Amino acid sequence: MTQWLPRTYLTLIYILLYVPVVVLVVFSFNESRTGYAWGGLSLRWYEALFNNRAMVNAIWNSLWLALSAATVSTVIGALTALALHRYRFRGKKLLNGMLFVVMMSPEIVLAISLLALFLLVGLQLGYVSLLLAHVTFCLPFVVITVLARLSGFDDSLPEAARDLGASDFTMTRTVLIPVIMPALLAGWLLGFTLSLDDVVVSTFVSGPSYEILPLRIYSMVRVGLKPEVNALGALLLVFSLVMLMLSQWILIRSKR
Amino acid sequence: MRSVMQQPFKTAVLILVWGWLLFLVLAPNLLVVGASVMTRDPVSFLSLPLNLDAYGQLFDPLYLEVFLHSLYMAGMTTLVCLLIGYPFAWALSRVGRQRQLILIFLLIVPFWTNSLVRTYALKLILATNGLLNSALMSVGLIDEPLQLLYTEGAVIIGLVYLLLPFMILPLYSVFEDLKQEILLASHDLGAGRLSTFVHVIVPLTLPGVLAGVMLVLLPAMGLFFVPDILGGSRNLLVGNVIKNQFLDARNWPFGAAASIVLTVTMALLIFAHRLSKQRIGEEGA
Repeated sequence: MTQWLPRTYLTLIYILLYVPVVVLVVFSFNESRTGYAWGGLSLRWYEALFNNRAMVNAIWNSLWLALSAATVSTVIGALTALALHRYRFRGKKLLNGMLFVVMMSPEIVLAISLLALFLLVGLQLGYVSLLLAHVTFCLPFVVITVLARLSGFDDSLPEAARDLGASDFTMTRTVLIPVIMPALLAGWLLGFTLSLDDVVVSTFVSGPSYEILPLRIYSMVRVGLKPEVNALGALLLVFSLVMLMLSQWILIRSKR
Repeated sequence: MRSVMQQPFKTAVLILVWGWLLFLVLAPNLLVVGASVMTRDPVSFLSLPLNLDAYGQLFDPLYLEVFLHSLYMAGMTTLVCLLIGYPFAWALSRVGRQRQLILIFLLIVPFWTNSLVRTYALKLILATNGLLNSALMSVGLIDEPLQLLYTEGAVIIGLVYLLLPFMILPLYSVFEDLKQEILLASHDLGAGRLSTFVHVIVPLTLPGVLAGVMLVLLPAMGLFFVPDILGGSRNLLVGNVIKNQFLDARNWPFGAAASIVLTVTMALLIFAHRLSKQRIGEEGA
């Protein structure tokens, strides 16, 4: 069969996918203020970015939120996956169903339902409400990643540990956790990225006391072009590339 | 069965997991259903009596128009993603193994990058004095800059750009499973290329198509920041309506009813997806 047609097609689509990203990075080094024309090489927008106190503050808030949301969702997600894999209990289908619904629901549906809950119980919108929301939408992704790892794993090992007198907790700690470690790291990185990228849910459940990066960017780009956003975008791109390569590396290494 | 006392670990895990999901998934969703049948209240957001007014308001011509326009844009987005993604996934599944992994990696890199920032990058390209217009004018294809930004087309381009990987990945996985022998068998039984495509390839890849449609169509109605950045005030999504009702207009029952429409659409799509998978299962058995 002719090879050039599919190859040309693939190349073309990849170029289209990457053009905006490349434009963003190139323009982040643009001296010009208008943002459209090239005015020479400059780092002024990076400088402007780091001199913007509110922006730097939002970056730290976002990183801290992503860090904590990824950690909490990895712990709960891993325990959920272990429970789904090992135990038989009533309502297992309902549990699975709820995780599936969270993953499939449009983000905005999740967002308003959480907003309604937080207002009903009188929770002040801020770090805590953001954390609860982010953990909730990261959870199913961690569960799936860990379950995939567990399903490819020989069940006789935990059984042997049990026969040798280990308690459930000891067995989990000494046998299962090491086995699912790569999945935990991959799940953590996925959660971190999902949290850092989220706009829709955060728009609803954040308050003025805790401003995070996506909302800061959102308020900046709605009105017009802000060259600082190019610089920020380029930094975020490099950051997520590193994270993604890290997670791929962990997954590939664990398969050997 | 051993009792609770003998399995403290199991009990603790189950309580934690159930607690989280019941409190943060089930309860909030029930609250939204509840809110949709209550009455709007300017002070406490919601009040009695119960009624279906919010659902009636969905058919208000003003909103109906917004919903239909949103559905149209989401439909176009899904169609474009499918038209680009189907041959793309097909071609991808024919590439050598090692190269395939690299190509998949390249496909998900943008997906891991902040979607707001990527939408903003499109603005740089589509603006009146942006890169695309400058390029077209410099090669002499157009004399005057085209109005690309703040149009329906810009919103669809933005949605396609953000959602394309979600169409490609499920399609890629069904093309991966499509065995070469089946295609050869079809050929040996005398089917032409078109006939093989219509009667063998399309039905076998249908679950992937439906999974992709599901993953694209729903977000394409909810991602409110895309029209905010690229579409102007005339090209709103259902997501924009829900957001406005909750955060600005403070009409919770109406916002909740609109969100339930999205959820019901999701349920129907999941049902269709299950059905198509079952059919293949039966025929394959």
